[in-house]
Amino acid sequence: MGFIRVKKLIGIIASLQLKIYHLNNFVIDGRMLPIMDWKVMQKSFTVPNVIINRRRRIHRKWHLPGIRLQFSGLRLISLVIVVLVLLPLAYLGIRAMGAGAEGLDYLTAKRTIRIMTNSLWLVIAVTVSAAAIGIPFAWLTSRTDLPLRRVWLILGLLAMVIPSYLAAVAYLAAFGPVGIVQSWLEPLFGIKRLPDIHGFFGAWLAITLFTYPYVMLPVRAAFLNTDPGLEEAGQSLGLNRWQVFWRITFPQLRPAMAGGMLLAAMYALSDFGAVAIMRYNAFTRAIYEAQRGFRAERAALLALALVVFTLLLLAIEWRSNSGKANYRIGIGASRKAKTVKLGIWKIPAVIFCFLIVLISVFLPVSVMAYWTFSGIGQASPIDLNMPQLVVNTTSVSALTAFVAAIVAMPLALLAVRNKSRFNNTLVSLAYTGNVLPGIVIALALVYFAARYTTSIYQTVPLLILGYATRFLPFSIGATRSALTQVNPKLEEVAHSLGLSRWQVIWRVTIPLAKTGILGGAALIFLGVMKELPTTLILRPIGFETFSTRIWSFYNEAFLPQIGLPGFMLMGVSALGLILILWHDKQTTS
Amino acid sequence: MHRFRTVISHLVVLFLLAIVLIPISAQEGTEVLTVYSGRSESLIAPILEQFSAATGVQVQVLYGDTAAIASQILEEGDNTPADVVITQDGGALGALAQAGALDILPNDIMERSLPAFSSPDNVWVGISGRARVLVYNPEQVAALGLELPTSILDLTDSQYSGLVGWSPTNASFQSNVTAMRVLLGDDATMAWLEGMVDNDSAAYNGNTALNQAVINGEIVMGITNHYYMFRFLADNPDAPIAQHFFPASDAGSLINVAGAGVLAASEQPGLAQRLILYLLSTEGQQYFADSTYEYPVIEGIAVNERLTPLSEIQAPNIDLSNLADLQGSIDMIEDSGALDN
Repeated sequence: MGFIRVKKLIGIIASLQLKIYHLNNFVIDGRMLPIMDWKVMQKSFTVPNVIINRRRRIHRKWHLPGIRLQFSGLRLISLVIVVLVLLPLAYLGIRAMGAGAEGLDYLTAKRTIRIMTNSLWLVIAVTVSAAAIGIPFAWLTSRTDLPLRRVWLILGLLAMVIPSYLAAVAYLAAFGPVGIVQSWLEPLFGIKRLPDIHGFFGAWLAITLFTYPYVMLPVRAAFLNTDPGLEEAGQSLGLNRWQVFWRITFPQLRPAMAGGMLLAAMYALSDFGAVAIMRYNAFTRAIYEAQRGFRAERAALLALALVVFTLLLLAIEWRSNSGKANYRIGIGASRKAKTVKLGIWKIPAVIFCFLIVLISVFLPVSVMAYWTFSGIGQASPIDLNMPQLVVNTTSVSALTAFVAAIVAMPLALLAVRNKSRFNNTLVSLAYTGNVLPGIVIALALVYFAARYTTSIYQTVPLLILGYATRFLPFSIGATRSALTQVNPKLEEVAHSLGLSRWQVIWRVTIPLAKTGILGGAALIFLGVMKELPTTLILRPIGFETFSTRIWSFYNEAFLPQIGLPGFMLMGVSALGLILILWHDKQTTS
Repeated sequence: MHRFRTVISHLVVLFLLAIVLIPISAQEGTEVLTVYSGRSESLIAPILEQFSAATGVQVQVLYGDTAAIASQILEEGDNTPADVVITQDGGALGALAQAGALDILPNDIMERSLPAFSSPDNVWVGISGRARVLVYNPEQVAALGLELPTSILDLTDSQYSGLVGWSPTNASFQSNVTAMRVLLGDDATMAWLEGMVDNDSAAYNGNTALNQAVINGEIVMGITNHYYMFRFLADNPDAPIAQHFFPASDAGSLINVAGAGVLAASEQPGLAQRLILYLLSTEGQQYFADSTYEYPVIEGIAVNERLTPLSEIQAPNIDLSNLADLQGSIDMIEDSGALDN
């Protein structure tokens, strides 16, 4: 009885994680979507998908069982990987149990409740405001004659590559009580102090301004994808503009909006950098503080509570979308939607885009540039040691990308080529990293390693394991979607011509899926480079990366010293994003 | 296909490079000493580098808050890679000693440091002395027409509302709270902490950030250690910052130490003791006197002329080994809501 219930629970959690996988894939694809030409998109998305699906159905029916890439070795490897991903989390549960009745008291204490409500408010506020910015931004850059549409779009996307902790530090410098803005206002209006932005306001501002692209991207893709014929039909049947929007366009946008808002909400819940720097006592900061102050059990309890909150978010989004159908029956005639003429509204629209891009992208970049090039501030006795930072940061990022790409392969193969209930559960469990905030994974690994696997405690391999657990879903997602576009018949032909199954994977499957695999690896590289909490908690002694150096300069108040590493981090991230987008455009056109 | 191969080969080269470079960066000398430091990098790294240069021993350091460092050592237990622990206050060392994590230090070390500044049980030794002070921005104090408080307890007055900075996660502050508990009792201390929170005191992550905020005018005054101010003044003699000692043996004028101990789990206690001896040597103490503006803990080193002599500070009479209940103070600070914003 109890066992069945546990099984059911695992099933539910697994399906929630699968949901997140779809979403992430959506965004990974979505990242590339908006830049692509509309016609290319129609071709590469709608048409081949239908054909592949149809083919597969036939192919499954007629298939000879021996030829499929199904062998137990693959499943065993995948099982080991999943256990490795889940083990630390299980240990976190054990540590939390160790708190016993005292733990229950702690979870219901006034202070803990306040942490939860703090996080809740932040999530609600960020989600609403990210939607309030992202949806109009998406509409303006997809359906209107806004001047310089593509420029606004790319600049808006760059907000994603600015690490939240750098944005937070820059906002403090700009909007602080005696910050840059105050120094402009003082000669004009005699304002001596501005209100302090530490706390809720600052955290909300910083997180909103790097999460709105996550709403904008899927919504923009939906705006481009929906059939204008439906809207025109509605109009011809007598609906006015508003009615068309609410009754036809909006329902088609809903899944994209819900998906994007869910991602924004999850970022708000799991972000550490901005919350810590703005000193807002949400979950992640509280976990970090508990970990710093003798309280392993409390940290573990808070971490588990955070995981529960994340699952709740997923469940809410899931409920709001299940059982609703928004597809059309035929492929339809693909046609571009009519461009909305903004007319006089162009001016406020441009001002809106300009302000968003100004605050979310230009401001952090120019603060970093100012700190880098002005040479202000006292000299820091801390040695920056730039070459070492570059070597450390790029090598752990590249290593993680490499490891994750290899580890993702068997899981992606299972998911695409060998569908079964067991395999699906296995694959979705590997998506744990998507649901767990970085600080939770790091905490679990560090407690586990300090007690049981001391040989890798405070070593690069443990750090890589932490990163890989966190970012593995990126790699599986990318590899998986690449594999779905590899025609299994090619593999069968190769097999029938005498290659072994491993040889088929190495010589046929991987080369055909290379673009997707590399795309996933590139995303991981960029993600690891910026990652703060995992690095802080798991790094070897004396091992510094860009993010940890920025963190220690911040903590010791040598703000101008943040400039150079901050500037470089942003530069490399932006370059990476542009390369990914460019490469994607090259390969699809 | 060709491009794919080149990308793969690049990745493999990077991978191999990383495998080669990472261990090299971690250790190349023969003797490596691992130090966990609760003192910040900008204060302690120069003297550790000096030690490396003088002895050829490579020192690798984990930096963190004192409480975090202590907590990590307890979590790691016998597996701790640390040989030496350096903290911002004696309280954390007392707590570590109570848990049996520290080794007894030999007499040649204990005899060097002034007895008032070290452990009566010979498990840790003070390496530099510091006083708790109120720093303030004289321009802002004058502009707002404020009077400086005569006791740390006065900071909860409504006239200072929103103007005071503190650093609740900092070990020196936590130690100060422990001292208040010893002097005034837990209830009065808790009332004071809650009063500070209610008075919208601004929490800073560390003392450097707090002093910088006073200079910037973000806050008007703050409770901190005495030496940070002098570091800022050395850079900019005109920086608007001054310090004020609470009179009449006030709990806010605590004199404390930064200290060090050798881990019981260390496999090279001899080397660890060598580092501590170096910190207590004339060079080491001269560094603390000149570069960090702290009070030397051995005889014969002159206190920096800009500092108020210890004898002129009306410090409360308290035994530093009574400040070991760091955990109790951290819990009270947490419960008061000081970390909530």
